[in-house]
Amino acid sequence: MKSLIKPLAIAAALLPLSALAHKQWIAPSKTVLNVDQWVTFDAGSSTDPFVRDHNAARLDNLVITAPDGSTVAPENQASGKLRATFDLQLKQPGTYKIAVVNTGISASWDDNGQNKRWPPRGTPFTPEGFAQEVPKKAKDLKVTQSIGRLETFVTAGKPNDTALKPTGKGLELVQVTGFNDLYTGESATFQFLLDGKPAADVEVEVVADGTRYRSSVNEIELKTGKDGRFTLEWPQPGLYWLSASVQDKKADKPATDRRSSYTASFEVLSP
Amino acid sequence: MRHRIPLVLCSMLPGTVLAANLDLSIEIPRLDVAEYHRPYVAVWLEREDKSVAANLAVWYQQPKKGEKAPATAAPAAPAAAAGVAPGGMQGAAANLQGGVKWLPDLRQWWRRSGRELTLPVDGVTGATRAPGEHALSFNVADLPAGQYKLVVEAAREEGGRELVDVPFQVPAKDAQTIKAKGSRELGAISLSVKP
Repeated sequence: MKSLIKPLAIAAALLPLSALAHKQWIAPSKTVLNVDQWVTFDAGSSTDPFVRDHNAARLDNLVITAPDGSTVAPENQASGKLRATFDLQLKQPGTYKIAVVNTGISASWDDNGQNKRWPPRGTPFTPEGFAQEVPKKAKDLKVTQSIGRLETFVTAGKPNDTALKPTGKGLELVQVTGFNDLYTGESATFQFLLDGKPAADVEVEVVADGTRYRSSVNEIELKTGKDGRFTLEWPQPGLYWLSASVQDKKADKPATDRRSSYTASFEVLSP
Repeated sequence: MRHRIPLVLCSMLPGTVLAANLDLSIEIPRLDVAEYHRPYVAVWLEREDKSVAANLAVWYQQPKKGEKAPATAAPAAPAAAAGVAPGGMQGAAANLQGGVKWLPDLRQWWRRSGRELTLPVDGVTGATRAPGEHALSFNVADLPAGQYKLVVEAAREEGGRELVDVPFQVPAKDAQTIKAKGSRELGAISLSVKP
């Protein structure tokens, strides 16, 4: 066990604090709509999902995929202190994927008892900078690649799955039950893929909106089976936040460790 | 013994596909509320697997007189390209299409078939109706023998949503009338099935 615990502990220490303390979320105003309707999104990070009390999400890497597979631009994009926002008109019938994919590499090491990190927060990784700033033989040197997906889905009219095709990179969620066909009293099954292959034994956390108005988070904890699938029941209608992450060694050089995370929001209706 | 009935009918008819004569009465209750809008109502026949055997009626706000409902979403696109303010564009689109924007609020109907239809549908879609009893008659063809439900769903602006279903059998053994009742958005529902 010792050999397993140590790398995990180091990997955890490597993560930026915000990744541990705050949940990223995108909240759609509605997910089941008709063609031509507008939908608006808020995105932020906070201790409890959907509670606008910490920071706006960065939307630099926002990509909206339309039902025909093309990319469409958000409208009225703005960033406030507590949440970023954008609008979308659903001009095509079908399912849209709204995704923010953040990737990066960061290094951390022990410099005579001092924890060092590179690149500094908010600055991008460059191979030149890495060669210059990170000592090759530093004590406890860890170079971690992160791939994080933050997604939600909305449908105008009849759902389709052209926009939902997995990219094959990092941790991704595939619908078995339709992402915009979720109802209380009906179980929903989804599948996690890691690099396009079923991801077994992944721990999944699900939290319903409205934590502020109840005295406990009531998170649902699940684990994917051998086929990467998991099934859950929705306790009540509303927005749900779903998240999972996986750590492995399949990193791109110069990284040695990789953290793939996936977060999505879903709307559950009463039948 | 019940198996015999369809068998007998099969020998009488070419194939097992039947028709059903349905006489239906739907009451839209008169509500004492400050701001009343007529409900959107959908009426359909549901198979045992909850798929839709037939759409019978969908009542929603029609486009205003003198305006033509566009067949597709196309008219909104050039407006956006020309830089028309989104608010104005949305208003125009809403007027052109009547109340189609709110059809997803008929939640079950939308899920089961509404989202797949091109509106309007001849003989099915129409204007919203006033409070009172509404008599409707249908001769539904191509209905294989089996268990069905008549489903009535109502959704009202500034109001609630309600779903009432009435189970019945095809073919009907005798003429029969089945009654059901909504609690707020729908009143008395009565279905008469004739063999």
